[in-house]
Amino acid sequence: MTKVFKLKDLDCPNCATKMEQAICKLAAVNNASVSFISQKLVIDAEDNQFDDVMQRVVKVCRRIEPDCQIVL
Amino acid sequence: MKKLTKQLIRIVVALVLFIIAFTIDKILDLGVVLPAPYGWLLPFGLYLGIYLLIGYDVLWKAVRNLGRGQFLDENFLMMVATLGAFALAIYRGVSGQSLEGFDEACAVLLFYQVGEWFQKYATGRSRRSITELMDIRPDYANLLDSGNTTKTDPTDIKVGDLIIVNPGEKIPLDGIVVNGASSVDTKALTGEALPREVAVNDEVISGCVNLTSQLTVRVTKIFYDSTVAKVLDLVENAAMKKAKAENFITKFARYYTPAVVLVAVLLAVIPGVITRAWATWVYRALSFLVVSCPCALVISIPMSFFVALGTASRQGILIKGSNYLEQLNKANIFVFDKTGTLTKGNFAITAVVPASQKTEILRLAAIAEKDSNHPIARAIVSAYGQDLPQGYALTNVAGQGVIARNADTTIYCGNEKLLRNHQIAFVPLATTGTVVYVAKNQTYVGAIVIEDEIKPETATVIAELNKQNRQTVMLTGDNEKVAAQVAKRIGLSAYQASLLPQDKVTAVEQLLGTKHQRDVLCFIGDGINDAPVLTRADVGVAMGAMGSDAAIEAADVVLMRDDLRGVLLAKKIARKTMAIVQQNIIFSLGVKLLILILAAVGIANMWLAVFGDVGVAVLAVLNALRLNITGREKSHCQPRTKLLK
Repeated sequence: MTKVFKLKDLDCPNCATKMEQAICKLAAVNNASVSFISQKLVIDAEDNQFDDVMQRVVKVCRRIEPDCQIVL
Repeated sequence: MKKLTKQLIRIVVALVLFIIAFTIDKILDLGVVLPAPYGWLLPFGLYLGIYLLIGYDVLWKAVRNLGRGQFLDENFLMMVATLGAFALAIYRGVSGQSLEGFDEACAVLLFYQVGEWFQKYATGRSRRSITELMDIRPDYANLLDSGNTTKTDPTDIKVGDLIIVNPGEKIPLDGIVVNGASSVDTKALTGEALPREVAVNDEVISGCVNLTSQLTVRVTKIFYDSTVAKVLDLVENAAMKKAKAENFITKFARYYTPAVVLVAVLLAVIPGVITRAWATWVYRALSFLVVSCPCALVISIPMSFFVALGTASRQGILIKGSNYLEQLNKANIFVFDKTGTLTKGNFAITAVVPASQKTEILRLAAIAEKDSNHPIARAIVSAYGQDLPQGYALTNVAGQGVIARNADTTIYCGNEKLLRNHQIAFVPLATTGTVVYVAKNQTYVGAIVIEDEIKPETATVIAELNKQNRQTVMLTGDNEKVAAQVAKRIGLSAYQASLLPQDKVTAVEQLLGTKHQRDVLCFIGDGINDAPVLTRADVGVAMGAMGSDAAIEAADVVLMRDDLRGVLLAKKIARKTMAIVQQNIIFSLGVKLLILILAAVGIANMWLAVFGDVGVAVLAVLNALRLNITGREKSHCQPRTKLLK
């Protein structure tokens, strides 16, 4: 399943790349893309673990760029 | 925006304070106010104050990210560079050398912030201008229920519901007009500036804007199946498919910062140990750190693609990912489906022989063909266009034609076989179209030539591609003779005839198999029956896809308008994008490398280094925005308010 999330206050393009790499490495994530320009996170993950995945995604993003919020 | 304004105020205040301090320092020399060993304290305190005012957020982020184990964070590197510069200045002051460097340390952070601000402003602007234009998502639907309308979420509307669309509102779901007539602006979807007229029983497509008067629409698709949802989905997911250039930048960014930092450390230590001129080498190393963020590349490359996808979609060209822009730019083999792509896919009369008898021949043929549903028969009847006499008995002769009889006349209308079987003498016509021969009472009257019309823009598009030295191939189910003539007339470099629909996949696979590795094959079809070919080709382009789900799903590039010129436009956008991407990569890397070299040999100072960081980023972003500006000129049309009147 692929879902799109809005990102708030994603101010640094380099962090976006770092977040993307970190999210892609998470288990049960097939593919992910963090677009600094459109301020969006597109994530493709296993259906049955999606909520769990999102929790981990939020955690990872908070570590890399605490200012940025994922609008769930 | 509010955050940006606050930041701007802070920058302006800091800048003014800096200029005041700088001027006083230069005129009065602050270093001599206090006695000898403490002379450095006053300028240090003054500049440090301004430094903290402008940079407290950078410092805070640096410390915070350091706590999270991120050593190569840009804030941290900036902090090390500037605080290092302060330390060097203090060292000089304490050791009794000239008092300088405080202003520089402060200014580097100040200009860094100016650059960051400008970069944020530019990206924010372009982001907004593009997302606004692509904002076709309807917010509500006016559901009509027993005479009352209620504002409802479009996702709650069911198939068969009636909705009201007022002038100025977006059509929220696909449907059919049941009441009212209006003009509809399809610009957001197709890039077409001229509004389309719709009346009862016409199909309307979600995402368009109703312009002149109220419409009642019966919904035919739920929101998620509606055109607007499909298009939005496609645009949002385009970010997933990245171009090679983007992946290169991501990879590059990962190694660039650590590499620069490592060189900086080596630069400070090794020559420092050898020459003992520590201050000089540490200063050069600090300049390195200022240029260590790959920001210019990391923003400007995805930005170029983003702007390109936005520009294209505003012209009615949906591109499903930046990788397809890259491919389109390289595409050199263009394979076209014939019917519906190069030709209109409808049959039209191109000649009547002899022309002097045109009306009579058409009249006779129309009498015979009036009950048939075959497209050729429909073309004849509509070409005649007048009332037809009644009282003819029609006999269908399978595979040959129709015979119409009344008391005193027999009309034969069909192919060569029909006339031959009835021993009617005639002159066979040599033509590529379908020929319908007409005879009356055993006497040959004439013939009608019917052909699938070639689109008016086809020849220009093919000519343009030929001019660019691209290979153009046509795939068609027509026989060899017809295909050869059509190919010659529109100037195609190759064709494959007598293909059944399933043969087209094989034909494309063959082309893919024999082409050179560098070649990129682009298939253009009308999206009907060619989904497998669209997926197989390197780039599959479906055209005229308004409302066709299958085509939107299968293709890589979707032309919302049924206009072949979209292929050229898409290619042009792709070419421009790739040119800008290349410029940005070469420019950013070149300037950074140059500044690194100059800094290493001591020619470039920190002022130049900070330009190499944020200045380059800003220039690269502005360069990326050029695409958008050229796009805007093209799609310029009447303002909406004018149309409303």
